[in-house]
Amino acid sequence: MISKAEILILMPEIFILTLACLILIVDTFSQDPLRRVTYYLSQLTLVLTAVLVIGFSPEQTVYAFGNSFISDGMSVVLKTGVFVISFFAFLYSHEYLKEHGWLKGEYFVLGLFAILGMMILISAYSLLTVYLGLELLSLSLYAMIAMHRESTTASEAAMKFFVLGAIASGMLLYGMSMIYGVTGSLELGTIATNIESNGDNPLLVFGLVFIMVGIAFKLGAVPFHMWIPDVYQGSPTCVTLFIASAPKLAAFAMAMRLLVDGLQPLLNDWQGMLIILSILSMATGNIIAISQTNIKRMLAYSTIAHVGFLLLGLLSGTPSGYAGSMFYIITYALMSMGAFGMIILLGRKGFEADELAHFKGLSERSPWFAFIMLILMFSMAGVPPFLGFWGKWFVLKEVVDAGFVWLAATAVFFSIIGAYYYIRVIKFMYFDKADSMTAIKASKQMRFALSVNGLALLILGLMPGALLAICVSVLSIAA
Amino acid sequence: MYLVCLHEVFFNFWIDKGVTNQVLENYFPILLFIVIGLVLGVSMIVIGFGLGKIMGHARPYKAKQSPYECGFEAFENARIKFDVRYYLVAILFIIFDLEIAFLFPWAVVLDEIGMAGFWAMMIFLAVLVVGFIYEWRKGALEWE
Amino acid sequence: MDLFENMEDIYLAIVLAPLLGSVIAGLFGKLIGRSGAHWVAIAGVGVSFVLSLLAYYHLFYNGGEVYNAAVYTWLNSGDLHFEIGFLIDQLSVTMMVVVTFVSWIIHIYTIGYMVDDPGYQRFFSYISLFTFAMLMLVMSNNFLQLFFGWEAVGLVSYLLIGFWYKREPAIFANLKAFLVNRVGDFGFLLGVAAVFMHFHSMDYIEVFEQAPALASVTVNIWGDESWSLMSVICICLFIGAMGKSAQVPLHVWLPDSMEGPTPISALIHAATMVTAGIFMVSRMSPLFELSETALNFILIIGATTAFFMGLLALVQNDIKRVIAYSTLSQLGYMTVALGASAYAAAMFHLVTHAFFKALLFLAAGAVIIAMHHQQDMRKYGGLYRYMPITWITCLVGSIALIGFPGTSGFYSKDAIIEAVHLSTLPAAGYAYVAVLSGVFITALYSFRLFFMTFHGQEKMDKQTWEHLHECPRVVTIPLLILAIPSLIIGAWFAGPMLFGDHFAGAIHVAEGHAVLLELGSHYHGEWYQIAWQFFVHAISHPTVILLAFSGVFTAWLLYIKFPTVPEKFANNLSMIHRLLVNKYGFDDFYQKVFAGGAKGIGRLFWQMGDVKLIDGLMVNGSALSVRWFSGKIRQIQSGYLYHYAFAMIVGLLLFLAVFVHKLI
Repeated sequence: MISKAEILILMPEIFILTLACLILIVDTFSQDPLRRVTYYLSQLTLVLTAVLVIGFSPEQTVYAFGNSFISDGMSVVLKTGVFVISFFAFLYSHEYLKEHGWLKGEYFVLGLFAILGMMILISAYSLLTVYLGLELLSLSLYAMIAMHRESTTASEAAMKFFVLGAIASGMLLYGMSMIYGVTGSLELGTIATNIESNGDNPLLVFGLVFIMVGIAFKLGAVPFHMWIPDVYQGSPTCVTLFIASAPKLAAFAMAMRLLVDGLQPLLNDWQGMLIILSILSMATGNIIAISQTNIKRMLAYSTIAHVGFLLLGLLSGTPSGYAGSMFYIITYALMSMGAFGMIILLGRKGFEADELAHFKGLSERSPWFAFIMLILMFSMAGVPPFLGFWGKWFVLKEVVDAGFVWLAATAVFFSIIGAYYYIRVIKFMYFDKADSMTAIKASKQMRFALSVNGLALLILGLMPGALLAICVSVLSIAA
Repeated sequence: MYLVCLHEVFFNFWIDKGVTNQVLENYFPILLFIVIGLVLGVSMIVIGFGLGKIMGHARPYKAKQSPYECGFEAFENARIKFDVRYYLVAILFIIFDLEIAFLFPWAVVLDEIGMAGFWAMMIFLAVLVVGFIYEWRKGALEWE
Repeated sequence: MDLFENMEDIYLAIVLAPLLGSVIAGLFGKLIGRSGAHWVAIAGVGVSFVLSLLAYYHLFYNGGEVYNAAVYTWLNSGDLHFEIGFLIDQLSVTMMVVVTFVSWIIHIYTIGYMVDDPGYQRFFSYISLFTFAMLMLVMSNNFLQLFFGWEAVGLVSYLLIGFWYKREPAIFANLKAFLVNRVGDFGFLLGVAAVFMHFHSMDYIEVFEQAPALASVTVNIWGDESWSLMSVICICLFIGAMGKSAQVPLHVWLPDSMEGPTPISALIHAATMVTAGIFMVSRMSPLFELSETALNFILIIGATTAFFMGLLALVQNDIKRVIAYSTLSQLGYMTVALGASAYAAAMFHLVTHAFFKALLFLAAGAVIIAMHHQQDMRKYGGLYRYMPITWITCLVGSIALIGFPGTSGFYSKDAIIEAVHLSTLPAAGYAYVAVLSGVFITALYSFRLFFMTFHGQEKMDKQTWEHLHECPRVVTIPLLILAIPSLIIGAWFAGPMLFGDHFAGAIHVAEGHAVLLELGSHYHGEWYQIAWQFFVHAISHPTVILLAFSGVFTAWLLYIKFPTVPEKFANNLSMIHRLLVNKYGFDDFYQKVFAGGAKGIGRLFWQMGDVKLIDGLMVNGSALSVRWFSGKIRQIQSGYLYHYAFAMIVGLLLFLAVFVHKLI
């Protein structure tokens, strides 16, 4: 039977679902071309859900619905991260959609459903819940990409994402069925204890490989990364922004739940897989990014490279390593959001500022936003004292502690290659002449939010202790 | 009960023909199905035509006389463009079709799953209603 | 009493109030206007000053405890804890009061001095920021925060020297200050790193507790030569102090720093920042006491600075540069006191010097305002008729500086000289001669300045003369306020600070070095009794006083009675004169050898190494090859869906092969 306490654990999810449904209906009655009601209600929903998540955050780990749903420190922190990032993403998106003239209420509703999917994924404690969350998230994203129906590139991107996503989902499910077949349970905790007690079964690793494909696809690790460049480039920038930020936190949570909570006894196997994925991702991402001229595509490859780094923390197999990864993914989401926000800021109706050349001479057009972009790029390249540096630093430290010095050296090598294309953007902004001196047209909120976004990287970079302490504390309890 | 009686009658009819015929007993339902199908089919056609002749006005035209009356030629190249609204209707249909598919087993076990089961289904229906309102407001139910 | 329950909050407020003022004045300067900016900055520092007084009262009269705790953990990395913490003991609280008081007075004075400047708000933002940084430095309880404060005051100093960033010499001067300080800071950083390496802690108290155990440890820096660890650490740290407190040979930046506005010359380059080195060494007394080598080194550097920099003041004609060299010389005195283990005397001189030197600078600033930013003393003369308040306060500052009996400088300087006299270190003999003859020099250049400016023939041009008048009250009142402590504070604090328990616990002196204790055995009683005994001592052993008076007398002879004589001196002793005018050639030497040499080597490396080897072959070469490679492998991303799916399948098969079938 479902107890009242269990309903309370799910309160934030229930709330956001109800509100999303309500907003969907309200939106159909709205005549406003700017969709103000829909937009503000969505933002309000995010804020209130965040309040609920933090308000209902449990003192210790609690489970609900027959142990298929978990609420612990990690889930609270990651969900809060998702809300903060989505809040900014919605703000930037509203600006973009308004400017480009195809503002639809469904964008925000789909966004809320995607966020619900992320929340479920983050809190999943059974194979089925993982799958449920993943699909809810993915389906919303497919629809969001395809929403701009006049754009052929967007349709192509949606199609590719959908087909490849379906393949990956299928593999994930297949792997799950193997694990279920061997352990006889869907619940992650039970799976772990069963594997522990029953020992070796080749089918376990077989299933793990398929599950790993699903995780790697969601994160975008090489060789399951192929969708990322095309989807990032093809989607409208506001959707790219959304895809590139908050869902990464959910994907990280998915990896944590499946690998650490469920398949921890197979550490030796998945560690090896993650090492391969990580090296391939860092190499491919950083090297191919260099020859890109489209900044969205460049950022797509940079994402792949960042995922390689993220995996370093996971594969160290210690709570502090997981904390390092969690820190990394949060910082990455912040940076990625800011970078795509800059593209939105520079664009205007009928014009997407998605070529690198559009950043030429930005320091003359707008010294302040050139500075913000400088922070973003330095942070992504991992230059101290910006936040991105600390992400890399903590992850590398964990890898070294885990005994993979050669891996850390490889990572540093590739990040040095990676620094080239980030710094090239800065060079364009500060040392090249602008093609046109058109003034930047953006609303006050947009300017303010983007400034906050950029400065946050600097300020958090100066005092990374608090954020890291949060990551370490929630994960040391979980593990 | 009636079917069982019928079965006994046929069974007794066959029984003195030999022991080997007992195998045929397993095929009895199929025979029954064929017979009923034939009877129903023939009677419907007869009744339909008969009633049509008696009560209907006969105004045939080309489309009406084609085998399927759904806007397509019966025999032509399958690779043609046709209206995307068909998909829309098909998708909407599937949604509500599935709803029924859920409702049946639910109704059967409702007395065992109690109030929790009841409310779970109500929530499910409420979500569907939201979808329904949405498609209605969006004009998905209007063909033109 | 409730007020003292949450001292931590009070300490935090002391630090943060100036920062807040600085941020508001800096970021919202346009919004709040000029008067808004100065009010908010003055309020911030004022709050800080009042609370510092409160903290002082709490610690000395209210029986308060010494506070030592971390208030914020910035970062943990392994066993390295980066913390922000406060150590509020007698030493730091004294510094806090001095820093906030002088800073506050100078904030007020600035209203008058900078009245026409377009960068008004920026200036207030900077000096408030400086106050914040200085307080962080002083209140720190660990080496890391000390280093932060150290660099932050350096940064603000750099910004303020180049405040008039359109003036060529100002830019040159701030770059020079920055570079020279880098040299010192490098030594300092090495010292901090050595402390962390051997003590595994950044916390003062933990380090001090472990220090005696490590006193005889030796380290090999290169080769087989073994060095005493303590000497290495102390000398490294002191090199940092030499940069910040402008000791020979890292003194060259301070005279040039006079290109900045006068209020900051008074605040940063006389009263507070330059004394950071002195404060740091006093703070580290438990370490320095363990190394006689370092103490001897300090004595020699300090004595050299005290005497030779004083000589340079004699040939300067720019009023601010005279005071700048005087500051160098006085910092030399403090350093000598440190070397003689008379840390309390050094701190005492630091405090008195802060008041009278700030006073002198502000008085000079007042003169400069009146003379329309003419700084050449040869164009002054006879100003006492027009600027009586400036005249009298400048006189007060000068007699305090030369150590006229009864003034504050008298007690502090006398204590230093006596302490050096009693010191048994090998270098003490040289130091004693230097500081003693320094007294004569000090008196000579101080009154040279005084007479050339305020007395003698009026040499200014007609236009300036017509507009000559006393400065507005916002300028003169700070002068009067500073004149009071310049006169009396010495007598009041000589007893407790030098011989009493004012710095008990904060300063540690080894048994063999306790010169002040020995000196103190001749002085007894309440503060006024000790002050009187000082007076009596000076009269009965009149060397110092006679030297000072003869200096004043010589100045009177040369610049009032026979004003043509100095020129004859200069001509007849042209060798020496030229040596002094060229400042012993330090500047030229640095310019040619270090700056020129570095440029030359830089150019060589740039052309040979960088352009050809690194840029051509390695950077561009590897960049080109990576780009070529990148261009090739991007082809994998064909855009075809089935290629993508194929890649996924290949990946899957790879994993199956490796991990399930263990093919590799």
